[in-house]
Amino acid sequence: MTSRSRVLAAALSATFLLTACNAGSTSDDPTDGENNATGDADNGDSTGGTGGTAAPGDDAVRIGLVAEPASLDFTTTDGAAIPQVLLYNVYESLVKVDQSGEIVPALASAWEVSEDGKTYTFTLEQGVTFSNGETFTAEDVVSSFEAVQNDWTVSLKSQFDIIESIEATSDTEVVITLASPSNSFLYSLTTRVGAIFDSNSVDELATRPIGTGPYTFGEWNRGSSITLQRNSDYWGEEPYFDQVELAYFSDANALNNAMLTDSIDVVGTVQAPEALSEFEGGDYQIIEGTTNGEVVLSFNNETEPFNDLRVRQAARHAINHQALLDTCWDGRGTLIGSMVPPTDPWYEDRTGDYPYDVEAAKALLAEAGAEGAEVRLRIPTLPYATACAPIVESMLEEAGFAVTIDDLEFPAAWIEDVFTNADYEMSIVSHVEPRDLKAVLGNPDYYIRYGTPELRTLLDEADAGTEEVQIEKMKEAAKLVSEDAASDFLFLLPNLIVADPGITGLPENAITESFDLSQLAGE
Amino acid sequence: MLLRLAQRFLVLLASLLVASVLVFAFMQVLPGDPARVALGMNSSDDSVAELREQFGLDRPVFVQYADWLRGMVTLDLGVEWVSKAQIAPQLVDRLAVTGWLVITAMLLALLIALPVGTWMAVRHRHLDGVVLSAISQIGVAIPAFLAGIILITYFAKRWQWFPSGGWVPPAEDPLGFLSRLALPAISLAMVQASVLARYVRTAVLEVLREDYLRTARAKGLRPMQALTRHGLRNAAVPIVTVLGLQLATLLIGAVVVERVFVIPGLGSFLLDSVASRELITVQTIVMVLVAAVLIINFLVDALYLAIDPRLRTGAR
Repeated sequence: MTSRSRVLAAALSATFLLTACNAGSTSDDPTDGENNATGDADNGDSTGGTGGTAAPGDDAVRIGLVAEPASLDFTTTDGAAIPQVLLYNVYESLVKVDQSGEIVPALASAWEVSEDGKTYTFTLEQGVTFSNGETFTAEDVVSSFEAVQNDWTVSLKSQFDIIESIEATSDTEVVITLASPSNSFLYSLTTRVGAIFDSNSVDELATRPIGTGPYTFGEWNRGSSITLQRNSDYWGEEPYFDQVELAYFSDANALNNAMLTDSIDVVGTVQAPEALSEFEGGDYQIIEGTTNGEVVLSFNNETEPFNDLRVRQAARHAINHQALLDTCWDGRGTLIGSMVPPTDPWYEDRTGDYPYDVEAAKALLAEAGAEGAEVRLRIPTLPYATACAPIVESMLEEAGFAVTIDDLEFPAAWIEDVFTNADYEMSIVSHVEPRDLKAVLGNPDYYIRYGTPELRTLLDEADAGTEEVQIEKMKEAAKLVSEDAASDFLFLLPNLIVADPGITGLPENAITESFDLSQLAGE
Repeated sequence: MLLRLAQRFLVLLASLLVASVLVFAFMQVLPGDPARVALGMNSSDDSVAELREQFGLDRPVFVQYADWLRGMVTLDLGVEWVSKAQIAPQLVDRLAVTGWLVITAMLLALLIALPVGTWMAVRHRHLDGVVLSAISQIGVAIPAFLAGIILITYFAKRWQWFPSGGWVPPAEDPLGFLSRLALPAISLAMVQASVLARYVRTAVLEVLREDYLRTARAKGLRPMQALTRHGLRNAAVPIVTVLGLQLATLLIGAVVVERVFVIPGLGSFLLDSVASRELITVQTIVMVLVAAVLIINFLVDALYLAIDPRLRTGAR
């Protein structure tokens, strides 16, 4: 248990104890260890897919996920859980990212970029309606994007700061002008800021999401599940399943048990790879894909001892990444060496920059006069962090660091201490946002406190240049953060899905914010 | 008797008030800014401040407390900060779920504990009585969540007789409801039955030693007959007391067991709300639990007065 959540547990149990004493009762500690789970597993009686063809049927499918959304409104609430359900499924965007990482048409059938890279002209699909019957027009695009700039409160809205004007030139054409050319703009349209809302129903975002997607929002049983219904008026190819139920579990064991006892048909995200052993042996299909989740061993570049390049280099040399991955994540995942996943166009294998070399690490530490440097490894209570931290600790201690592991409840305590106050020397956290090198390392105020002028120049040049320039400069940026040991990059999280054998079309790679259900089918 | 009852009631009100202050104070020291949690990792200080204002967190602490207390007294619990969902109807839904669980577990525990405890007392000098007593000792030591995990491992995963968790309302699917209720209720009841059986045993043993039972046996009644005709009512007094106290521990145990069995009751609600720093919701749930325990305690006192005539005179 973390020191912070210990405070909480103590507070709560003290309250209970107080009452218990009042009642003269024997105490029964309510905050015992094994207490993480929520979500209903089972409502329908389908086993998910017996049709034989991919034509729409009456079947329902039940998918188990972790972490229920706190709200349905991603314009005011952050977190991955809301776009995971709603984006591409209920809300659509002008363009989307496909399974190979390519930007492909969605509500925009085509788009053109002007010579100077500042004007984007989108041609919209016709005959598209929202699930409340309203017709989708260019005006909806304008109002949705203006809302991002004006009404959204989450920080992601800053991606649209670059937009100078948005104009509906006809019902089916939108022209967006940027202040300066930006390669990341089109990509940002594939994320939640690009979601298109019906301009007349934005007051109810938190309770009744209305979109143009293949599914309509059904019902939210708080504490257990969200159901989506097939949109029978969908402009594209109608989905196979009549109903998709997303069942939420905050305990990984409960999620796996639900799969083993046939309460759900799919485990959407396996939380710890060792759990896969329960599903091996032929009864289930196991899908392993890739994600955008770089597990970063972050250093506080601003304070001792990691403000010294040699200490950072020592830490990178001290870690045997393959052994780490094998031990704490069952060898599943990808070694990357920098802040770029292989699905991005500018990926380069940078694992060779600091090969495992304890002697080199010791020498660097000695040179920096930092032998026995005391560092706190303050980690969030998330599966990969708690699993990998002890191994990181022993590897670093081997090289001469004095490491203390400190667990912080995630999100609240970790965000406060590490993220907001940067009160840490090292942490382990997976940065799951797509193309987030700039957000994580390019900002000197971000908790890693890196963002050197040199890197920022490279990132700006990448964003403003042609596609070739972008790729070239992003490669240089990735090389720079690796060589400068701004952090260590432990590995890339795998995407692990377990499903009943008959289910097809699951999103193998989790490289967008959406859990894309549109291709889902049974056989 | 009425005077004593009034006294107890005043104590109940005072305890509730003190508890509310403490619960509120604990929430204040909880780390993690609710606005920051809602806005996530990349939030700017401006938008956090704005959201804190929307949540009313910029007001003086005592105003926030008074506001919350007023809401509870007038049963107007307000909406959750992030989801904007009404708290009261959710609380009622969740309470109903936890209620089913606790009451079923209690009945089950009584059904087991009364005969077994009596048997343990009557046969306390025989091998079967001693063995039962030892088994109940083990039962007391196993926490409900562990019992739950063991039950899931065998009855859900290995033999697939029951679902491993989840919930459906009884009106929607009675059979599904029962099959989902079974394992969590049993895991709670196992512990309770063990505890209660030991109390029943002690109470019955005490009664067995009373003079009036010896007289009854001297008149030719067999031990069981003597007990059922003359002893059980007297044994009931301490048992009722314990029952009330155990109901309180059962409620707290349910909070944990719900987590193991993925049941959307009060416990899951509490833990989810803690994670998302919906402090008003957390305060309110904890307060409901505290109030439930205190009220049960009060009712036990009242019942105690009703059962035992000796207490009514106030001469104790």
